[in-house]
Amino acid sequence: MTLSFFDQFSLTAFMGIPLIALALTLPWILYPTPQNRCLNNRLLTLQAWFIRQLTHQLFLPINPGGHKWALLLASVLIFLITLNLLGILPYTFTPTTQLSMNMGLAVPLWLATVLIGARHQPTHSLAHLLPVGTPTPLIPILIMIETISQFIRPIALGVRLTANLTAGHLLIQLISTAAFYLAFTMPTVSILTMGLLLLLSILELAVAIIQAYVFVLLVSLYLQESV
Amino acid sequence: KSHISQVPLSDKKLMDVKLGELSSWAGTRDFTPNGIISAVRRGHDRFFNKYINVKKGGIGGIAMLLTGYVILSYVWEYDHIKHDRWRKYH
Repeated sequence: MTLSFFDQFSLTAFMGIPLIALALTLPWILYPTPQNRCLNNRLLTLQAWFIRQLTHQLFLPINPGGHKWALLLASVLIFLITLNLLGILPYTFTPTTQLSMNMGLAVPLWLATVLIGARHQPTHSLAHLLPVGTPTPLIPILIMIETISQFIRPIALGVRLTANLTAGHLLIQLISTAAFYLAFTMPTVSILTMGLLLLLSILELAVAIIQAYVFVLLVSLYLQESV
Repeated sequence: KSHISQVPLSDKKLMDVKLGELSSWAGTRDFTPNGIISAVRRGHDRFFNKYINVKKGGIGGIAMLLTGYVILSYVWEYDHIKHDRWRKYH
């Protein structure tokens, strides 16, 4: 029984089509496009308001030079939030638990920020390797440390997302299994189901994970693009 | 007793087709990729305009979509999930 806990993350195929295809296309279906009217329906207005608020908050600290990235980053944000929230529904598959997909999202975006900074302001982006006011003997070591931290960023981005979601799903499965099998000895089950509910609400932090993702990405972008 | 008012089979909607005629009705439907895509498009438009594109849409439209998604995922993963049943030895 211990082996079967990781089965929820393996891809299942039905008539040759893996479930991940359905899980990946659902965010596209879920958000209707606004029509060319003055007042759209209630759901569309809500959706547009949310996206606008999120993007506005996300791009507050960034100079106008970085606003070209608004469309891309807002899309990534909405995509990841939808994928994570849909994964909380029963029996659904969360594509972001696969490390391959998260690394595929993290590495190109990080690399783009590094290359843009190196191309437009090479001295300025190199200057970020040394914080202001370090004592002189410490400089060589600090530059090496900062370079390593720079290269660890994409790995950290991808693994952070994967690990958080996988751990959350696993915990939910474990705790619900425990609560279920303990249902035959009454007193413990109430405590356990309460713990499970609390955990589910903490898993709504999946949304916060996305905030963390794009925010960290944005921090690196903001540091490197126009000052 | 006039049979002139009989509608040709291919024009009937699905709810009006009698059970005996079901197979011949399915024979008149368009199963080319274009036909399938247009059928999906029509179904989508009907659902969208009835439940989502209304002035004061509620949670019902999205809830139906998500419930359908959950059920579809269950069906998709049935071969995997059936191992989780009550067993004496796992």
